Amino acid sequence: MSKDVKLRNFHQAKWDEPIIFELSTPGQRGILLPRIDNEVVNTVGNIDEVIPKGMKRKNKPKLPELAQPQVLRHFLRLSQETLGQDINIDIGLGTCTMKYSPKIHEQFVANHKFSELHPLQDESTTQGILEIMYKMEQFLKELSGMDAFVFQPGGGAQAVFSNASILKAYHTDRGEGEKRNEIITTAFSHPVNSAAPHTKGFKVITLMPDKETGYPSIEALKSVVSDRTAGLFITNPEDTGIFNVNVKEMVDIVHEAGGLCIADIADANGLFGITRAKEVGYDMCHYNLHKAFSSPHGSMGPCCGAQGVKDFLAKYLPVPVVKYDGSKYYLDYDRPESIGKIRKFYGVVAAVLRAYSWIMSIGADGLKEVSELSILNNNYLMKRLLTEVRGISAPYSEGNYRMEQVRYSWQKLKEETGIGTNEVERRCMDYGVQEYYQSHPPYLVPEPFTPEPNETYSKDEIDEYVSILKKVSQEAYENPEIVRTAPHNAPISLIPTDPITNPEDLIVSWRVYKRKKGLK
Amino acid sequence: MEKKKNIVYPYMPNSVESIKKEMMDELGIKNIEELYSYIPEKLRMKGKLNLPEPLLSEIELKEHVEGILSKNISCNEYLSFLGAGCYRHYVPAVCDEVNRRSEFLTAYCGGTYTDHGKCQAIFEFTSLMSELVDMDVVSLATYDGGQATCTSLRMTHRITGRKELLVPSTMNPEILSQLRNYCDFMTITLVDYDPKTGQMDLDDLKRKISEDTAGVFIENPSYLGFIEEHGEEIGKIAHEHGALFVVSADPSSLGILEAPVTYGADITCGDIQCLGMHMGYGSGQSGYIASKDDPKFIMNFPNHFYSLYENEKGEFGFSRSLNQRTSYGSREKAVEYLGTNTGLWAITAAVYLSLMGPEGMYELGENIMYKSQYAVKVLSKVKGVKVLFDKSTNFKEFILNFDDSNKTVEEINKELLNRGIFGGKDLSKEFKQLGQSALYCVTELTKKSDIDRLANELSQILK
Repeated sequence: MSKDVKLRNFHQAKWDEPIIFELSTPGQRGILLPRIDNEVVNTVGNIDEVIPKGMKRKNKPKLPELAQPQVLRHFLRLSQETLGQDINIDIGLGTCTMKYSPKIHEQFVANHKFSELHPLQDESTTQGILEIMYKMEQFLKELSGMDAFVFQPGGGAQAVFSNASILKAYHTDRGEGEKRNEIITTAFSHPVNSAAPHTKGFKVITLMPDKETGYPSIEALKSVVSDRTAGLFITNPEDTGIFNVNVKEMVDIVHEAGGLCIADIADANGLFGITRAKEVGYDMCHYNLHKAFSSPHGSMGPCCGAQGVKDFLAKYLPVPVVKYDGSKYYLDYDRPESIGKIRKFYGVVAAVLRAYSWIMSIGADGLKEVSELSILNNNYLMKRLLTEVRGISAPYSEGNYRMEQVRYSWQKLKEETGIGTNEVERRCMDYGVQEYYQSHPPYLVPEPFTPEPNETYSKDEIDEYVSILKKVSQEAYENPEIVRTAPHNAPISLIPTDPITNPEDLIVSWRVYKRKKGLK
Repeated sequence: MEKKKNIVYPYMPNSVESIKKEMMDELGIKNIEELYSYIPEKLRMKGKLNLPEPLLSEIELKEHVEGILSKNISCNEYLSFLGAGCYRHYVPAVCDEVNRRSEFLTAYCGGTYTDHGKCQAIFEFTSLMSELVDMDVVSLATYDGGQATCTSLRMTHRITGRKELLVPSTMNPEILSQLRNYCDFMTITLVDYDPKTGQMDLDDLKRKISEDTAGVFIENPSYLGFIEEHGEEIGKIAHEHGALFVVSADPSSLGILEAPVTYGADITCGDIQCLGMHMGYGSGQSGYIASKDDPKFIMNFPNHFYSLYENEKGEFGFSRSLNQRTSYGSREKAVEYLGTNTGLWAITAAVYLSLMGPEGMYELGENIMYKSQYAVKVLSKVKGVKVLFDKSTNFKEFILNFDDSNKTVEEINKELLNRGIFGGKDLSKEFKQLGQSALYCVTELTKKSDIDRLANELSQILK
């Protein structure tokens, strides 16, 4: 039935583009400003005398000097040396839901009726955007069963931090803020479920997965729950794409002990219309609007972590919240028990506008279609990989279906050929696909990789992806050197980037590079 | 639950029934539900999501969304004097051209090879910022300037082991709120200001600083618009007590005003929305953090560093480095948490700074400096209007006080709105001691005629 796809004779753009500072020619200008009105100059006088003593900059910043076409060309060359989702089969970056971001949405965010809105304008002049925020909140309430949402967190991680802040406020109000200082999470939950509560001052207990099922046992949870438990931060399905069928029992145990339960639903793509936070019994959750809700990832942001809570926690949400009084939308700041601000203003509203547009374009049936196709694509990919690609395995819950992604292992390949996941990853890109995501820590699955073939990839593209992995695996057995020395078709060849551990070796600015090299 | 038949969704290639069937056949299943039937019944959603009927065609969607957006009135339509943390600067066309490129817009966390161009652009962002603030180490951009301040001040705790922060009582109230939540284990003390100038009260600073002070913080220019002139003394007082000196500096001022490091800052931070980002109702915010090239600072950054590597061919590559600091490297053992921030705005700021160059940044600062002084001069002549802190010099923002009129800021702003003007941010709730005051903002986009018009309209309103 499935066929091998002819692989591309691919080479990525290779511009050998200098660092922008090397392109500088003294005197060139990229853009000019309007002349200052004579009358303004005459009224104000000599600006050097106006600037307070010692505050006038003595040495101009050593920025490069380029004309406009050269600046544009430089950055366009860099853009060509970047494999965005729009131009490649971006299945490899699992846990990230690299889905198509509809182009019409970019017209909406570029519309001056959005792009030129100041966040402090009178509400009578922002009724349109407030309406979109309000309606999007209603959509997310329906999708999750939660009672209130805000969009202020600037990403999923900040939403987890905001939830951790509410968790602390809740226990503090109940006089248990000091005592309940532990949170529980799982090893396959995104690392921010450990790090954000820890940043908020909680101790972290991490449950390890059962060897068979891939998720923690009820007994493991029971053994750590106590009157010190503040809450459970959990992802389901976890990074492995395995749905934890005991999640409700876990939530009940934590509730019984007086803790709250917080769901990281960044990976929502397999859940729409199938299962909701409410039925599980979660108290708080967040969605990433730049993942399952189609807002583009933007070279790592800007993005939006939509934070949702049950009624009894809504008073703690970051301020302000959007309200509707039957005739007009408004921002409610009168929230004395709020945790305050998490980010300036109301968050990355551009992502809300796009996510709203996305839901409006597919509706309830479309959302369920998103999840069903993600699950179908993923299990189709898994079946083909496990039956046709040598050296690959999918640890845990063997023989069972998965949700929207799978964490595979190249351990067998490594044992048999010496080629591990780093090398395979580098070689895959020679065939025109993005690097893949290996794993969040801890690296429980050896030689891991985590693809996620969401609903926006065609069967042909999934087949092509399978053929690429098949080919690379075959090369590992027959011609490992070509894999080991990959990439061969990327903008640069292999470069020793073994993680540096000594801060003395860090070079994050051109001036430091020049200094270390003794260059002028 | 009956699903509508035969909808083929343009964003979902496999929504064609024959393709689904082909894939299901490969898996040996009859319907997709078999793939998730193991999810317990009690967790399954009953019935259909209650959402509006979709607008399946792009034509209908466009009409619908643009219809809602048309209810907004933008700063292209009305004259705006709003600032207070989000600014209407000119966005060069090349900035939009680059950040709307599919390759950058839809890339994510790809690394050294496939996203070489993105990595280089990020390295150039940190390199360009490092010249602007004159410090060697800059991390990838943070969520916003507020987060940059929060992290910078938390770093002072980690470096000094102390738990007290001294911050100006004139500081941005939104950022102060972020800080109170982010550093809730620290004691945050407000330092008074001189009521005539707004400048930090150095005697009060000396009274409040102690051997428990981790960091002393100022904003320059301050949230209320004046240039803080005593940076060097403040830094000295901080250092004498073993505390670190953190300065939030507006990048649009740094072509003409001194970089904080020259007056003693150990960490410089701030918001880069002014460097090529549209306001987007607050979507354009993004933060920067910079420090000296010193391991004790470097190892306390929670954000990604894209370090430069070189191979034997002389090619440069870039890779995330010292990852043990970050939660992607070591979960809760990281110095703080980390997630996806604002990479596209970092790239945009790199484009902006490359276009502007040293002369452009100087002229930007000069332009705003002139406009600010002009506005203060012209508006202070309006009857019923007082400019507060007029003994200090303003950059970009300034306070108009209306206590001498019989109107509140709210009333005045309503009347301005009726005349097509967004008045300044009402300060009367957050800074009660300033009476009926508003924070006004001018940038290089504000014309002399705009300021004259404002003066004229205010004269009529306050008549």
